[in-house]
Amino acid sequence: MSPIPDMVTTTGAFLLVLSIAVPVASVLLAFAAGGRQVERIALMTMPLGLVIAVAIAVGLQRTEGPLVYLLGAWAPPLGVALRADGLSAVMIAITGVVICAVGMFARADFRTPPGSLEARAPFAFWILLLAIWGALNTIFLGGDLFTLYVALELLTFSAVPLVCLDGRAETLQAALRYLLFALLGSILYLVGTGLLYGAHGTLDIVLLSHRVQAEPVTLIAAALMTVGLLAKTALFPLHLWLPPAHAGAPAAGSALLSALVVKGSFFIVVRLWFNVMPALPGFAATQLLAALGAAAIVFGSIVALRQERLKLLIAYSTLAQIGYLFLMFPLAFSAATAQLDSGGALTGGLLQTISHATAKAAMFMAAGLIYAALGHDRIGGLSGIGRALPVSALAFALAGIALIGMPPGGAYLAKELLLQAAAETRQWWWAVAIQAGGILTSSYVLLVLAHALAPADEPITLQAPVSRIGEAAALGLALCSLLLGLVPWQGFLPVAPGTAATPSVLAALSSTFWPALGGAVLAIFLGRWGGRLACISWGEAITAAVRPARRAVLALVGTIECMDGMLREWPAAGLSLLLLAILFGAAMLAAW
Amino acid sequence: MSAATVFGLCGAAVVGLGLYGLIVNPRPLRKILAFNLLGTGVFILFGVVARRGAAAGFGGDPVPQALVITGIVVAFSATALAVALLLRLFQAAGATTLRGAPVRAPGTEPPGD
Repeated sequence: MSPIPDMVTTTGAFLLVLSIAVPVASVLLAFAAGGRQVERIALMTMPLGLVIAVAIAVGLQRTEGPLVYLLGAWAPPLGVALRADGLSAVMIAITGVVICAVGMFARADFRTPPGSLEARAPFAFWILLLAIWGALNTIFLGGDLFTLYVALELLTFSAVPLVCLDGRAETLQAALRYLLFALLGSILYLVGTGLLYGAHGTLDIVLLSHRVQAEPVTLIAAALMTVGLLAKTALFPLHLWLPPAHAGAPAAGSALLSALVVKGSFFIVVRLWFNVMPALPGFAATQLLAALGAAAIVFGSIVALRQERLKLLIAYSTLAQIGYLFLMFPLAFSAATAQLDSGGALTGGLLQTISHATAKAAMFMAAGLIYAALGHDRIGGLSGIGRALPVSALAFALAGIALIGMPPGGAYLAKELLLQAAAETRQWWWAVAIQAGGILTSSYVLLVLAHALAPADEPITLQAPVSRIGEAAALGLALCSLLLGLVPWQGFLPVAPGTAATPSVLAALSSTFWPALGGAVLAIFLGRWGGRLACISWGEAITAAVRPARRAVLALVGTIECMDGMLREWPAAGLSLLLLAILFGAAMLAAW
Repeated sequence: MSAATVFGLCGAAVVGLGLYGLIVNPRPLRKILAFNLLGTGVFILFGVVARRGAAAGFGGDPVPQALVITGIVVAFSATALAVALLLRLFQAAGATTLRGAPVRAPGTEPPGD
């Protein structure tokens, strides 16, 4: 009997074990060594982890299928497998890059002060950073739904303390809310795995994909697991924990949480829908998922525009961008085969994920540098930053441009792929959502840039010197996000060879012009200007022209803000969670 | 009605109680306890799955039992972390409410416009 593919250890697969074992071993080592050694061990692990990530990508190019490692040489269903396909390799590589950049950035903030043997915050930060890295790599490689559960919990447990490293009451409260809601989500996921095991006798992803059929117990399990993961990903309306947690954490922590941690649970949703049960969700469930995504884009962006603090604006932007990630599900649904195809739409969604990871980390780092230099992060008080902190402002601007989806960014390529898929599957409404998302993103980026580039009323005195390495890290990540579109993805992701991020000049100009124009109009209408618009020479005319319309729009926006506040109450979020579970179950059963 | 069915129904009832407490009760300590109740219900369901899969002549399928042990460890760590956070919150704020004032940096103006 010839062994089933994906069920034997392939050559070079020990790299998969290393990519998990190295961060975990460093955590243990750092915990045992303590003191000043913690930072040193973390910084030494980073290049090692990056080399392993590159080696996995190279190894994957050399083999035909995925890299597989069977732990203890026990084949599933009895044993547990680690598998790396193109998606895993890309996510591991980008995680390595972001972690290294955050590590460089954090050296200034989390240095053990001279004279003391050990400080609490640096000790915790470096260990948590390594733990997040190990948990994420396990999520990207785990070939078994229960392994993914354990990895997801490890990720949450290492992410929650990052929120409250400064020990203030608000951040402790945010961390506790985050933990409790995440636990609710993970228990739903656990129920789903139990049901799947009871019905099919295995939790191995490849074996399950052969065994699952559309039957009530499988569909209910899928609905529960999906909703549990959505709660951990903070997809609207399950976002009660995200804004305070991401805005309250120290800058390096926010960068990790927004860029990487929410992507962990999102990746499991992708695994579940595309790898475990591509034929089960059906048309209605994919539409529902993307409808939540579209609602997240609108809500997140509008509430972001109304924020007074830069870090909260970026946190709400994360909420909107998470919604963007879920637009790929209906676009990957092929009506002919009635299942989710791993094609251009999946590639688009994944490219959006990694572009957001790099750009959002850069944005939070830039915001952190600005906060450290000014002592506050009020958007109204940012004027003059463009001159005082040019590199930080540039990093923010480049990250914003990448996020809007301008060429040659990864988000631009993602947008092209998603629009192409929308045209092929004749779902024009998601094309509208994608374009609207670009416009809304550019509106809050432009709002911040308009404030930052405005001349200062009085000369700015910086409260602290700016960390040059931190600025370099932020700028590097922003550039990385902007250049992701030029990487040849064909070797890793399913993408048609003709697609490239080097469009004709005309197409590039139009794809840049319209979001920018729409965004500027929106920013003028919805942003908080505090009389600043009137300072520009032609601002008076604009203010007078838009005032009546603006008042009406602001009333509507006020309602949206109010709704956001209500949805972020605990009972409302809990009930939405249950309601969504029922809706997903009903949608999947209807397809059955 | 077989023993497995009775246990399954009990597990479902415990899950329902835990879910109700976790969503409705505003006090964090009660929420943590409700989470533990919810977890216990799920572990009972895993036990039922183990018993139902025991048709091959074994007393029970060992895999769900192994999953339950792991799940208990995870739930225990989660509880420990949550209680530690709760204690710190009580030390820092003197109260343990999850609802409180929105996060606002000192010195921000009231919303204008």
